Amino acid sequence: MTGVPDERGRLRADLVIEYPFTRTTGPVVGAFMTGLRDGRIVGSRRTDGRVFVPAVEVDPETGDAITEIVEVGSTGVIETWTWVDPPRPGSPWEDPHGLALVRLDGADTPMLHGVLVESADDMATGMRVEAVWKAERVGHITDLKGFVPEGTGQAENSAEGTERAVDETDEAVRSIRTPIRLEYDFIPSAAAQEYLHAYADKRILGNRSPVDGAVFVPPRGVDPRHGVAATEMVELAHTGHVGNFCVTHLPIPGRDDLPTPYVSAWIHLDGADIGFLGLVAGCDLDDVRIGMRVRAVWKPDEDLGATAENVLYWEPTGDPDVPVDRAGNRAWRDSAPGEVVEDA
Amino acid sequence: MREVAVVSSAVHQVEALTFTTDVQLMVPLINQARDSVGLTQDDIGFTCSGSSDFLAGQGFSFVQTLDAVGAFPPIAESHVEMDGAFALYEAWVKLQIGEVDTALVYSYGKSSPGSRRDVLAVQLDPYAMAPLWPDAHSVAALQARRLLESGGVTLGQLAEIAVRSQRNAVGNPNALRASADVTVDDVMADAVVADPLRAADLAAEADGGCAVVLAAGHRARELCDRPAWIRGIDHRVDAHGLGVRDLTRSPSAALAAARAADRAGFEADAVDVAELHASSTAQVHLLTGELSLGDDVRIDPSGGSLAGDTLMAAGLVRIAEAARQVASGDADRALAHASSGPCLQQNLVCLLEGE
Repeated sequence: MTGVPDERGRLRADLVIEYPFTRTTGPVVGAFMTGLRDGRIVGSRRTDGRVFVPAVEVDPETGDAITEIVEVGSTGVIETWTWVDPPRPGSPWEDPHGLALVRLDGADTPMLHGVLVESADDMATGMRVEAVWKAERVGHITDLKGFVPEGTGQAENSAEGTERAVDETDEAVRSIRTPIRLEYDFIPSAAAQEYLHAYADKRILGNRSPVDGAVFVPPRGVDPRHGVAATEMVELAHTGHVGNFCVTHLPIPGRDDLPTPYVSAWIHLDGADIGFLGLVAGCDLDDVRIGMRVRAVWKPDEDLGATAENVLYWEPTGDPDVPVDRAGNRAWRDSAPGEVVEDA
Repeated sequence: MREVAVVSSAVHQVEALTFTTDVQLMVPLINQARDSVGLTQDDIGFTCSGSSDFLAGQGFSFVQTLDAVGAFPPIAESHVEMDGAFALYEAWVKLQIGEVDTALVYSYGKSSPGSRRDVLAVQLDPYAMAPLWPDAHSVAALQARRLLESGGVTLGQLAEIAVRSQRNAVGNPNALRASADVTVDDVMADAVVADPLRAADLAAEADGGCAVVLAAGHRARELCDRPAWIRGIDHRVDAHGLGVRDLTRSPSAALAAARAADRAGFEADAVDVAELHASSTAQVHLLTGELSLGDDVRIDPSGGSLAGDTLMAAGLVRIAEAARQVASGDADRALAHASSGPCLQQNLVCLLEGE
């Protein structure tokens, strides 16, 4: 969240979820991947002779293990297809392409892959195709570039490098990398938008519960205890106390300004009934304690944006502590909601 | 078997819930479903929800959504990373055990912040399929072409299914695609999105949610005038790989219907209405055959999932819509179908009846 609204005044952020999965293959899927690296396609043969391609380690009908590996042809026939235009993000193809279930010669089940032709007009069920390989192969489904119409010469010699790969190593592929990347356009809720915009004016907002007046910060538009909408906004003090804390010795990525170890704490603002997360600084680590009174330290005015990052950290006020037995969440206790905890 | 009924429901579907969180979406729906039968969360014996972290882009996102229930003091609760129809099945089992007399089921999906057709690629085999990022429309198209070329259906018949959905959806506030005067020619003139499927062949993507209250025995009769009794419910699954299945069939849908019928004491084709959870017109055609739905069955009176398809909720919405048909007296018997996974891999059939 940059804290800079878009042309419609909305705060939004690119949210990217990425997982660099490394998956172990086991011997059967590993044989399929090893085959791809070596420019061959293999399947697994069930006792009744039926050959599954790609190789499967478990019979999808009976659940029995299938261990016999057999090589099938690199030519086959299209069983069904569609046309992908534009190509999908993350896919190995940069141009519009066919996508088909192709049953290879010697296989009883079809496999999914791309078909590299000019247009949908060049696609047809029943069309014979042959595999086209990448020159550099690592043991991955994308070692196969895709399929092209058989006999056009496009696939010729593309499996070259096979012998070399086999010569250099006869080790089987044991794992593959399959990174997953998903992109989202994250737009905070109306309550969160108001909360973040208020930060630009050095104001901290909470929601007041319509049930009993308890105040929640950050405001989420609901009282989570009762499952009812909470739309009333209240402005909160810039002072509070530490309800709980933790000393961390690992750096936060992207926060080079923050020396380790640092203290993250549950800050209970005066007037709020639950705490929210903040950093505590401006004192010795050993001095941080439950009940310690703190106040917000803001960024310089010229650096303020619509972001909670405006509060750099919370520093001790020097006032007497809130007694430990009164520190922390009050919305979940019997004490009067919204009450400001008086200094001891 | 214990008598269990749908006694109330609430649905909301729109194109995009831009400024609304999952919690803010569900607060009014859950309250509406509970309030309409005079229940508070204290009266609910078990709560079960369905959603997907991949839509929220956030791990354990369903835990936050519990804020919408009012889960304090602590409640008996469970969650499935599946369509809410499967959460309803879990709640039904809980009610069968006899521990509780009431249950709240809800599910929701806000897919608009991401590219839903691409997000769905990650449900495929991670070794040989997902790295090719086959999007959901392409996968639906592979199945549709198999159906068309096997001679089971024509493009014109698929267009008729699209027209039926859009016409039925008129008057449904939760339908995104509705038209009283759309024609087969209009649909056939649409641009091809994923050859051979046109825009009208693909379910209209929605953000939304659904809440349903279940009650057992006399409790259900106390709570509403005409409970929609769940006479039979079952779910079955086919193999995951697209290549190892006959994409023109859905044996799991047929088996789930047969098992549900065994319990119900009437066959799936003996219903007045059927609400189907399909991502394409081709899947509606396929399901109509697997469930043996005859010409006298009104299919998708709400427009079905073709008219508004909220990922993770569309199946539960089908149950809610079928139950409404029974509660209103428009139907005596209704079938609701829900599916999960690529190309109708997993199917749930719920047979409802009024009394």
